Amino acid sequence: MTALNSLTISAARDALRAGDVTAADLTSACLSAIEDAGVLNAFVHKTPELAMEQAKSADARLAKGDAPDMCGIPLGIKDLFCTKGVESQAASRILEGFKPEYESTVSQNLLDQGTIMLGKLNMDEFAMGSSNETSVYGDAINPWRREGSDAALTPGGSSGGSASAVAADLCLAATGTDTGGSIRQPAAFTGIVGLKPTYGRCSRWGVVAFASSLDQAGPMTKSVRDAAIMMRAMASHDPKDSTSSELPVPDFEAALTGDIRGKKIGIPKEYRMDGMDDGIEKLWADGADMLRDAGAEIVDISLPHTKYALPAYYVIAPAEASSNLARYDGVRFGHRAKLAAGDGITEMYEKTRAEGFGPEVQRRVMIGTYVLSAGFYDAYYNRARRVRALIKKDFDDVFATGVDAILTPATPSSAFGLGEMKDVDPVQMFLNDVFTVTVNLAGLPGISVPAGLDKQGLPMGLQMIGRPWEEGALLNHAYALEKSIGFVSKPAKWW
Amino acid sequence: MSIDIDTARRVAKLARIAVPEDNLPGLASELSNIIGFMEQLNEVDVEGVEPMTSVTPQALKRRDDVVTDGGQQEAVLANAPDAREGFFAVPKVVE
Repeated sequence: MTALNSLTISAARDALRAGDVTAADLTSACLSAIEDAGVLNAFVHKTPELAMEQAKSADARLAKGDAPDMCGIPLGIKDLFCTKGVESQAASRILEGFKPEYESTVSQNLLDQGTIMLGKLNMDEFAMGSSNETSVYGDAINPWRREGSDAALTPGGSSGGSASAVAADLCLAATGTDTGGSIRQPAAFTGIVGLKPTYGRCSRWGVVAFASSLDQAGPMTKSVRDAAIMMRAMASHDPKDSTSSELPVPDFEAALTGDIRGKKIGIPKEYRMDGMDDGIEKLWADGADMLRDAGAEIVDISLPHTKYALPAYYVIAPAEASSNLARYDGVRFGHRAKLAAGDGITEMYEKTRAEGFGPEVQRRVMIGTYVLSAGFYDAYYNRARRVRALIKKDFDDVFATGVDAILTPATPSSAFGLGEMKDVDPVQMFLNDVFTVTVNLAGLPGISVPAGLDKQGLPMGLQMIGRPWEEGALLNHAYALEKSIGFVSKPAKWW
Repeated sequence: MSIDIDTARRVAKLARIAVPEDNLPGLASELSNIIGFMEQLNEVDVEGVEPMTSVTPQALKRRDDVVTDGGQQEAVLANAPDAREGFFAVPKVVE
């Protein structure tokens, strides 16, 4: 039998219901895998006692026979989610010691289903980064390595700890959040599935805010089926988040028929970039061929404002962040700087924020402050929001022609080495999000599916983008793609 | 548009982040670089396009104006770096 910690959610669900395993067995297997994998630095706050208690309740519920799909499934939770009584720091020094008095709606939904929280997962500070290198906890490490090399690679970011933990089988699945690609890029870098749902599908309540008009939570899993199961468990209408949708949450798993005959798949020409990695280009073409073989019609489409998505994003996201992060002032929670004699409240704010925020967060808060400041608001912030409207219209126009889903690469490259991007300017790091960020700006669902290994032996992903609120159809397209690709590689265990 | 040292100092002040004087030139050049990247947006014809306010077309929901929560002083203060006698404590604000 496969090691219990390497099971998928769907396999574990079936085994739990058949009485072949217990939630306690699954949880113990994950906890010992976590103990063995300290070097990956994926779990940064471990909650083994809580997990075993939750497992006991889940087993009792399973014994009664009417447990929900996710009952007894051990998960990792990204540090961005507030979890009651458990450190929730958004990987920032400024939230050192913060233990929320409340539970985020998404993690509460999961707990209500009977899931088990193994601990909190590493990430970029306030989800600002694409390599997990801005974390106060230090780098999370990718379980994958280049063939013949032991250089440490990034698991991507910002949900780097989630990606590393799922790929290394430290948990069955994990929560992630995605503001510009933070679920899909790390999923692609680690050979797992990552789904960002339509904006409004998940409540943002209790998720530490980065850019409120872009942030969405979603599942990071070992299969498309698992993403469907977990997505349903995370989503809900929530009166505490006025942007959360009242639309009913369907049974996404039921949509997985694998039948995509007659569906129209768009290939956007603007996503073919100069100097794009040959491997990625081939993977993309192969993916289109597979969907065609499965009976879909492949059509060329144009999303003319694609080029402007990154600059628009890097106005809008920092603007919202500068406003959201104003709350970290050393008064209500987290870190407060030691003050000198005679320091007043302004010095307290300034010293606290200088000590508490890392360089990337400081930079983005200041960029946001600048683009929102008097005299520049129109030139930058309003212009970016107008460009955003055009980017969304690009997608609306394409969907109006009958396109069902769009196929693109997930990232411009496979995982890079930790430290390799240290000396390049921040704008170069932004390019990691080039294929994913449009989806956040347009509020659409997007999924990253592992598509193969590159010539260094590293996983690469393809992204599929769906119509708003049609995660079920999107997941079915991804399911058909996953079946055709048949990706089964796992990182060789070196840790 | 490039950001000079005075602008960098002003932005840091507005953001309430203490930046040592020695670090301002570096900060100014980093910020200039990022702002330069954003300048691409000027190529886009946005004539007649409304700035997006909501990515999903929905009216903001309203609720009854009633008390739904409260009486949680201890929970509210539980994570404060300095709380005394039921209040947040801060350095002197008014002389």
